[in-house]
Amino acid sequence: MSANEQNFDGAKGDEVDVSSAAAEPSRSHGIPGAKTLLDVRDIRTHFRTPRGVLKAVDGVSFTLERGRTLGVVGESGSGKSVLSRSIMRLLPKSNTIHSGEVLFEGRDLSGLTESELRGLWGNEISMIFQDPMTALNPVMKIGPQITESLRLHLDMSKGEARETAVALLRAVRIPEPEKRFNGYPHEMSGGMRQRIVIAVALACGPRLLFADEPTTALDVTVQAQILDLLAEQQRERYMAMVLVTHDLGVVASRADEIAVMYAGRIVERAPTKELFANLKMPYTESLLAAIPRLDQPSHSRLEAIGGRPPDLVNPPTGCPFSPRCPYARERCTQETPQLVTVDGHDGHEFACFYPVGSPETEERRVEIATRKGAA
Amino acid sequence: MTTGTATPPSAPTVRLDSAPSGSAATKSKRLNLGVAGWLAAGWLGLLLILAVLAPVLPIPDPNTSFAEIARKGPSAGHLLGGDTIGRDLLSRIIYGTRASFAVGFGSIAFGFIVGGIIGLMAGFFRGKVDGILTPLMNILLAIPQFILALSLVNVFASGGEVTSARRLVVLIVGLGVVSVPLLGRITRANTLAWSEREFVLAARAMGAKNWRIMLRDVLPNVLPSMIAIGLLGVGIAIVAEGGLALFGVGVQSPTPSWGNIISEGQSQMRNAPHIVVATSVVLFLTVMALNFLGDLISQRFGVKESAL
Repeated sequence: MSANEQNFDGAKGDEVDVSSAAAEPSRSHGIPGAKTLLDVRDIRTHFRTPRGVLKAVDGVSFTLERGRTLGVVGESGSGKSVLSRSIMRLLPKSNTIHSGEVLFEGRDLSGLTESELRGLWGNEISMIFQDPMTALNPVMKIGPQITESLRLHLDMSKGEARETAVALLRAVRIPEPEKRFNGYPHEMSGGMRQRIVIAVALACGPRLLFADEPTTALDVTVQAQILDLLAEQQRERYMAMVLVTHDLGVVASRADEIAVMYAGRIVERAPTKELFANLKMPYTESLLAAIPRLDQPSHSRLEAIGGRPPDLVNPPTGCPFSPRCPYARERCTQETPQLVTVDGHDGHEFACFYPVGSPETEERRVEIATRKGAA
Repeated sequence: MTTGTATPPSAPTVRLDSAPSGSAATKSKRLNLGVAGWLAAGWLGLLLILAVLAPVLPIPDPNTSFAEIARKGPSAGHLLGGDTIGRDLLSRIIYGTRASFAVGFGSIAFGFIVGGIIGLMAGFFRGKVDGILTPLMNILLAIPQFILALSLVNVFASGGEVTSARRLVVLIVGLGVVSVPLLGRITRANTLAWSEREFVLAARAMGAKNWRIMLRDVLPNVLPSMIAIGLLGVGIAIVAEGGLALFGVGVQSPTPSWGNIISEGQSQMRNAPHIVVATSVVLFLTVMALNFLGDLISQRFGVKESAL
């Protein structure tokens, strides 16, 4: 096994060097920026459950370039966490049906064996988990949790790994990194633990980072710090990032592009500015309306999205959002809309028959407003 | 384990965390058992030392009969008196500790390793591995445990020409087999729970291999409950050896064990109750101490887990 892995490391050649770790964080920026790092093509992840096949991810495609951030936004159960795990191929094999292609630097990950994947995991593709309270091993010291992958992937000696780990802890702004190196997770606060989780994920200098709701378990002030830290590390390392969250506010200022997921599909995708300026999908509009705004009078009621996310074992026919959509018409409940590109905006796609701004929607909006006024 | 339990730290330590977790951190350096815990550990330690040092202690040979003390209570040269045929009871109890501890700890060590491996594999890999291993353990569990141990010893180590060493080994393995499902199931249950934790997935996402995750991430978390159950198991095994001795398949006389001392003494319960009573008190205290330490471990680690 270990010989196999060493071969694999060797095969990568000199592209990944030790300097990519925290000690000297900046990578050579000579690589053409527009090169696609990750190309996801129509991936589907279905789970066999006692109730039937659950379509957690149902035909998602996107590309991601180096140094860029894709924000994946959706409610709970929209398949956003499963999406990142599917791309990494971290899901249990026994009850999962996969299809589609994931090209990472042109290599199809679905064709790789488990041990080949292990060579990529942590080394080139890394993941930050949602809950820092459970993402660290409670009985292992902080140090070994960071050095483990350094020694495994980069073949560092004990001393080198220790130095690098301390540098990493410093990079994620852990005070007294030498002391914390020998500490246990329970001695630290939630924010510090999430910093350590980030340090673990960044240890080997990955090119692609999945951040699966990295700030959900933290309070608001710490959230901002963690997101700033992630953005800073991303810039320094020229790393691509997939930022998964249920909070449009989190991705608004930090993602280059946003993909809104609903019922296992991308229902709208656009560069961030374009999305907020010119959103098309009623679901995106509802999500945005559900965020409190400073310019609203205080104590005004938040607009919740009515109903509940669809059952992914028996999704509704037609557009999955139609049962909850204020603008839904007959066609929406019969046909499933496909992603179409907005005229004149190349990177903006949405899946809706009656997008926001269309005459039908505006007509309905007026109706709703009058009804509200009458009531 | 040094004596400096109460010395204040010489250097001022900065603690950013709250008091409870701070004390947990100190605990991991110095074992904090409490008075009763130290008494229990001390009792077991004392027995262990006595058993090891038995040949150099100023006690008579355990197999030499002194006609004058047969069935007699404590006297000057014989602190606990003599047994049914006049062998020094204290000496026999001390020497008996060897066999009883060997059976108790040995059989549980067997169960610990075999059950631990089975439980870890079943809980970690689930699916087919679990589907094969868990029913196997359940089958073992379905057979009355005492009968199982009894028949194992009967089949593999009975008859006149069986050496007492062989009997001991078979006893250890027999009771060990009985303890496999006990430890295997607790290990499996805990492994199932801990394998669901995000840090296990995180370790996988960092490229760690299965065996590494099992040994470094899951096992250390499962170990406390295994040890707690294991310590209870040692007590049970020591008592079980006594039970087997009553059926004549315990440790083979003349090698003393607490079990066979009691089983030999019970025929003279009316004339010489001190044989059974003294040995039973030692047995009782030992089992209590083991149970107490087991509880302490599960409590301590239970607290630590909830503090996370």
